[in-house]
Amino acid sequence: MAAPAGSSIDLSAALVLAPAPLADWLVILPVAWCLVSGAVLLMLRKNLHIQPLLAILALAVLVVLDGLLLWRVIEGGPLTMVMGRWLPPFGIAFTADLTGALFALFSALVALAGGVFAVQNIDGSGRRYGFYPFLLLLMAGVSGAFLTGDIFNLYVWFEVLLISSFGLLVLGSEPKQIDGAVKYAFLNLVATTLFLIAVGYLYGLFGTLNMADIAIKAAERRADLPLMTLATLFVLAFGMKAAAFPVNFWLPASYHTPRIVVSALFAGLLTKVGIYSLLRVMVMLFPVEREELSFVIAVAAAATMLLGALGAIGQSDIRRLLGYLVVSGIGVMLAGIAVGGPGVAGAIFYALHSMVVMTALYMASGVAGRLSGTFDLNGAGGLYGRTAYFSALSLVLFLSVAGMPPFSGFWPKVMVAKAAIDIGAWWLAGSVLLTGFLTMIAVGRVWALAYWRPSTTPAGEGAGPGPAAILPLSALVLVTVLVGLFPDPLLSQIQAAASLLADPSAYIDSVFPHGAR
Amino acid sequence: MEVLFSLLVGVFFAAAVYLMLSKFLVRILLGVAILGNAVNLLLFTSGRILREVPPVIPAGLDRQVAVTANPLPQALILTAIVISFSFFAFLLVLSYRAFQDLGTDNANDMRVAEPVADSAPPTGY
Repeated sequence: MAAPAGSSIDLSAALVLAPAPLADWLVILPVAWCLVSGAVLLMLRKNLHIQPLLAILALAVLVVLDGLLLWRVIEGGPLTMVMGRWLPPFGIAFTADLTGALFALFSALVALAGGVFAVQNIDGSGRRYGFYPFLLLLMAGVSGAFLTGDIFNLYVWFEVLLISSFGLLVLGSEPKQIDGAVKYAFLNLVATTLFLIAVGYLYGLFGTLNMADIAIKAAERRADLPLMTLATLFVLAFGMKAAAFPVNFWLPASYHTPRIVVSALFAGLLTKVGIYSLLRVMVMLFPVEREELSFVIAVAAAATMLLGALGAIGQSDIRRLLGYLVVSGIGVMLAGIAVGGPGVAGAIFYALHSMVVMTALYMASGVAGRLSGTFDLNGAGGLYGRTAYFSALSLVLFLSVAGMPPFSGFWPKVMVAKAAIDIGAWWLAGSVLLTGFLTMIAVGRVWALAYWRPSTTPAGEGAGPGPAAILPLSALVLVTVLVGLFPDPLLSQIQAAASLLADPSAYIDSVFPHGAR
Repeated sequence: MEVLFSLLVGVFFAAAVYLMLSKFLVRILLGVAILGNAVNLLLFTSGRILREVPPVIPAGLDRQVAVTANPLPQALILTAIVISFSFFAFLLVLSYRAFQDLGTDNANDMRVAEPVADSAPPTGY
């Protein structure tokens, strides 16, 4: 459209006029790709045989896209793209920094493993009711949350992943699932609404929703704005999403009810989005307020990890036990956030480790439950005698989740505990170690009863686990072993990511190049 | 004007929290509906209420001539309305389905996923 005669408008004051380099499109591609392929799968939802194939292909492409994005971010620093070419802060910005790219890549890996595992776990009716479209839309929400640079947009992605998770949760419609879904849905909706309330206040205070812009303005106007109130609201909202004590009870009430692969994906992805948002908002935007709230978050963290581990000990259903272990892991990440400094790197590392290991553990519990015919520890037994390879995989996961060397759970726990001791919070470090001990008891008992103990009842289904179950499980176990043995490449990136969160000047420069605002 | 709206938002929040503390799903649903509207009003108020002029630039001019209403909160509220409406619809169906399948709308009696009489894990072989 031509400008009306007589008015020469300087568009460069409002729009990004230079065309975006091709590589910059990587910022938006993971989300766009998930939305497009999810829509295609929705149209093909009657073709039950082609769906898994297409979905696995789409998720593999997503892994490649996220890998390329991570590589680009490592090489060239944070990347920004603005919707509609409006100059920030007016356009909605997508900004990928190292933290976001790392989380996005690991979430894509977990989703790919879940997609493969679902070939066996999700039957025809599950596919007909749209498991794979929901999975892709869930990934759109998760990737969008990790890559967006706008806080209202973050809320929108929260809702996208929440509504997809509702769909996945009730797939199968057993009474048990409906019961779990009622609690999950109401409490999560309240949590995201709390987040929206905080966003409303934030907009009222700053007049902007762009995260880089907020970071600048928060530093300038900290003295005369009620930022503590705002930060506390954010901690409550994200803490509820992440299932932190005392707002964690929706998680153990619902995570054991759906199909195993759905539980696995939820355990790997959803609570970590809450942790990521907490990192983004509390560490990057409100560092001074995080320091002030440090003690409160630390107490919540210690309570979360200890009660999670104790809850795990009290369960006889393996899936419910794992739900409590998810909660317990969240406590360790919160401890890292509470401590700050080197603890933040520990929290990021633990989140990435937990994504891989909790997903794999749920998958392993699914295989174990199918082989022994029950998820109850009272009846299970004899798994080691039946499939030694699968039992070895499970043992690695048990040791990894308890934080034993040389697996991936060891390093982040060391980092968090050391950071806590360095600031004199010995009780926090002590509860991290005690949690590891209690977790070891819980998973050790699963090993002793379900795997090592001779079978007391006739076995369940005859055949061993198929390749569709063993392949993704082996891949995830390989990740935890490799990260445990060679932590250096990942660790150096995580430390760079944490320092970029603590000093977001590179992030801000990427949104506002040349200091223009 | 903002003070009046703030008070109204407070009343909305109080009603929503009161209803959501109930154990009956229908009341919780009503609470969720009111909560959504409370947040929409909050967003509207936090954008400051300016009644002067709609944010439209007159023909032949490059910029606005007077103080205009803030268009951004309206965009945010539109998004939030769509989202909260769709979630309310989902929750309504879910609650009805829960009432059909579980035979109760009392959240205290919904113990299918977490049974009251739960077997303890074995303490030995």
